[in-house]
Amino acid sequence: MPGYLPPEKRSPLQQLGDILWGVYTQLRTIVMIFSHTFRKRDVIPYPEVKPYMPPRYRGRIVLTRDPDGDERCVACNLCAVACPVGCISLQKTERPEDGRWYPEWFRINFSRCIFCGLCEEACPTTAIQLTPDYELAEYKRQSLVYEKEDLLISGTGKYPDYNFYRVAGMSIEGKPKGAAEKESAPVDIKSLLP
Amino acid sequence: MATIHVDGKQYDVDGADNLLQACLNLGLDIPYFCWHPALGSVGACRQCAVKSFRDENDKMGRIVMSCMTPASNGTYISIDDEEAKAFRATIVEFLMTNHPHDCPVCEEGGHCHLQDMTVMTQHHSRSYRFTKRTHLNQDLGPFIGHEMNRCISCYRCVRYYKDYAGGTDLGVYGSAANVYFGRAEEGTLESEFSGNLTEVCPTGVFTDKTHSERYTRKWDMQYAPSICASCSVGCNVSPGERYGEIRRVENRYHGELNGYFLCDRGRFGYGYTNLKDRPRHPLIDGATVTSDVALGAARGMINGASKVIAIGSPRASVEANYALRTMVGAASFYDGHATQEGELVKLALQIVRDGPVPATTITAMEDADAVLVLGEDITATAPRMALAVRQAARGKGRALADEKKVSDWQAISLADLLQRDSYPVFVASVDSTRLDDIAHATVRAAPEDLARLGFAVANLLDASSPAVAGLDEATAAQAKAIADALAAAKKPLIISGTGAGSTAVMQAAANIAWALKAKNDATGLALTLPEANSYGLAMLEPQPLADALEALASGAADTLVVLENDLYRRAPKAVVDAALAKVKSLIVIDHTATDATARAQVVLPAATVFEGDGTVVNYEGRAQRHFQVYDPKYYDASLAQVESWRWLAVLEAASGWKILDDITGACATAVSGLAGIVDAAPGAAFRIDGLKIAREPHRYSGRTAMRANQAVSEIRQPVDPDTPLSFSMEGYNGVGGLDRPAALMPYAWAPGWNSPQSWNKFQQEIGGHLRGGDPGKLLFAGGATQAYFTDVPAAFTPSGSGSGFRVLPLHLHFGGDELSSRAEPIRERASTAFVAIARADVARAGVNGHATVSVDGELVQLPTFISDTLPAGTVGLPAGFAGVPFVAYGVDATVSGG
Repeated sequence: MPGYLPPEKRSPLQQLGDILWGVYTQLRTIVMIFSHTFRKRDVIPYPEVKPYMPPRYRGRIVLTRDPDGDERCVACNLCAVACPVGCISLQKTERPEDGRWYPEWFRINFSRCIFCGLCEEACPTTAIQLTPDYELAEYKRQSLVYEKEDLLISGTGKYPDYNFYRVAGMSIEGKPKGAAEKESAPVDIKSLLP
Repeated sequence: MATIHVDGKQYDVDGADNLLQACLNLGLDIPYFCWHPALGSVGACRQCAVKSFRDENDKMGRIVMSCMTPASNGTYISIDDEEAKAFRATIVEFLMTNHPHDCPVCEEGGHCHLQDMTVMTQHHSRSYRFTKRTHLNQDLGPFIGHEMNRCISCYRCVRYYKDYAGGTDLGVYGSAANVYFGRAEEGTLESEFSGNLTEVCPTGVFTDKTHSERYTRKWDMQYAPSICASCSVGCNVSPGERYGEIRRVENRYHGELNGYFLCDRGRFGYGYTNLKDRPRHPLIDGATVTSDVALGAARGMINGASKVIAIGSPRASVEANYALRTMVGAASFYDGHATQEGELVKLALQIVRDGPVPATTITAMEDADAVLVLGEDITATAPRMALAVRQAARGKGRALADEKKVSDWQAISLADLLQRDSYPVFVASVDSTRLDDIAHATVRAAPEDLARLGFAVANLLDASSPAVAGLDEATAAQAKAIADALAAAKKPLIISGTGAGSTAVMQAAANIAWALKAKNDATGLALTLPEANSYGLAMLEPQPLADALEALASGAADTLVVLENDLYRRAPKAVVDAALAKVKSLIVIDHTATDATARAQVVLPAATVFEGDGTVVNYEGRAQRHFQVYDPKYYDASLAQVESWRWLAVLEAASGWKILDDITGACATAVSGLAGIVDAAPGAAFRIDGLKIAREPHRYSGRTAMRANQAVSEIRQPVDPDTPLSFSMEGYNGVGGLDRPAALMPYAWAPGWNSPQSWNKFQQEIGGHLRGGDPGKLLFAGGATQAYFTDVPAAFTPSGSGSGFRVLPLHLHFGGDELSSRAEPIRERASTAFVAIARADVARAGVNGHATVSVDGELVQLPTFISDTLPAGTVGLPAGFAGVPFVAYGVDATVSGG
């Protein structure tokens, strides 16, 4: 350390200065600590009080519903393939009564999840969303495996308006061919008109 | 050879190709839609535009469609030219104006050529802000889903379905932007090759409905190189598995066999492997036990037996049959074919292996210029051959084009030149076939008469072959016409096989081929066989099945081991019952619940072709290896199904066989004819860059979640000691400087090419052989000239009066094959069992809608089908159908009304 002199090599005047400096810093510390008695406190009494989390915080993953209350997820598998740790798996099936694609089961292994949000970014239907809920501690790791019942919420999440089937070309019950947004009525192939 | 200049670089290409094909051959990517290696060029989509220059000094250039421009010497083109790129971007944007916002709910997503090409041209947001045109869809049956909104009007579907596959019920309707590809009326697609539409369509208009039910994206399935078990052609397939179920079967390109196309039975018939009631656990008297207990019981039965005999299987691998033969000894190893069928297969082996004309490959069949199909409905018994024969008939277009100096990829010009003309195809069979529409002449007769016709043709071609006595004039004229056409052809082809059940028919076919061969070295011959591994079993020289059943019935043997075989399909019920009644211990190794497993004391659950490794030998004598697609135990540790050879290796502990290579090697050493089977595919020690080959695509998802419901701690990925493939996405996936051997390609994928079009990246030349050679090893070295067969049968004489009729087995594409007919979509597509009766015989039999048929003492009541083509005095029964009795060749049945 340049300029540093060990105490035994210092002059008496320098040693007196050191003592005064030491007393000053001790007192300053005591004053600073006691000043906290009158300051706004930094620690919150979690879990009674929860901190504010911005809506786009990347916490627990949910599956949302579209504005009509039906499942948004169409089981396209894009979240699963985007997942860098491979912690999402699901199986597509089709509802016989209306032709909608939906996941027969949907599983996220939160013990592997790194909350990167790539699944949400990949989702073409805004079904999978990360929420500000970060309370995912469990005593048993197995409890961190979430099935569809655990993931599916009743609301629309961050995107209140989007309904994939209103823009998709596939027909479902209640939305025949030509009834989606920006679609014209089905072509009459028997017509000879150009 | 021609020299072309692409973006300033000089390349040597085949001048007969078009520029698109030439550039793809060079590994240069040009986006395209309507061109297909098997369908040629029509220039419909305008996507493959490149800029062409007059010479090296031309700076202006002009846009040309590369698929419609010959790669002639001195061509200067630019793919990277800004104007060409802008043109291609505009085209794809136009094609996409009406394309729906469907990718997430589209079965094509992830292996879609339209997605690939859109990414390649870098189109990402549309300028079009108006409404999209929509179409109504049709229900096209149990195989194919239809979603016309996604269509980009490339016309590949109708060019394939109508022109290539000879279908009549898919067409194009409407005009301009309204064109509609579908049927005139909603209904099941009639062609037996409709499944190829799912691969031919560059987007998601035609998709695999059987896959959609349990849908998984291409990148999420685990694949292995496999062989179709539905017939003796041995088409290469790429089955995909997810969560312990086979989800889809796709074509695996083979330059000499299936090429780009499969038949519907092979593509959609995989469902039997997913059946819930399949034996998956060892059973003793119907009760589930552990493998050790079952093996102990089996060992006890074998050791305590007075004599053990075993029956092999033509649908099990060579290894399984060899292990069984080793266990019981060659003298106690019996054929799994029906007795007569076994004789027929032996004869076929003799003709193809020892005779002067080896079996013709499917690709070579497409080049034939005269075809005789004798006694066989190949659309049912070897479907991929039927598709090849259609190409042979159409092949005249190529010859006509050659005369007019038109390139053979000019699909429209070829069709215009051809009109309704075709190379001669003759179909001689017991009843109408699905190839009749391209036949120049058809003959309908009983097998004896077909054989007589064949012998007559051979006699006309070579007078030293036996003459046919007492031939009627009409048959003589037919024989003359056929002989003339075959003699005039440059590449005549004879197809026959075991389908007619008659040795004489095959002998006649052999005589014709050998007579032609003496004059024309390019003569082709193909004999279809009953099952996928018929030759593999026959080369192990088993004893005839009848002897086994007799030995059992007489008590000479008291313990029977049956390998993957339902004996009730191989002999009359009464005979099998009599034999099994005397058996003290019956051990059955099978993957499917049959009447034989129901009677067995011990059932050892075998792996299906998708769950196990093995080698099968096809109609050419090509040994091909099929590999385990997935390990069922990964999802359910209690499952016990393993390959039959593995059960037998454990039962016969002294063998010391541990892995597939051990038993394949032992078989190759012990059976000289099968020495080549070790070369069917590289052995377990094979590595690329020190790596095994990955069965899963590198983007395989969900590995840490797929079995997290069972246990959150991930278990080790299954280990595969038998093969150079890994049950993982880790391993060599083909991206790199080295090619995977063609026999070890689990699936088709190349960077930027997710659709089946990516096969282009693995071929020596587009549409040709795979790099490193096509998979499989031909076992037959080529035979020598043989003496003609001389046993000309007497003509068939109908009994004329009473209720006696000759029974002919009728082969149908759907429903007759033992395994595929258990798959739900095939069951839906297959007709119900019936008895066909000639119109002339209706009154004599006294049938009225229903008939009671009695064969070998077995009585069945079936609806009647009045046939205008069946020879008088015969009745036809659909071969292999559930509810139809076993029919041996030459058996008479009594038929009576209701």
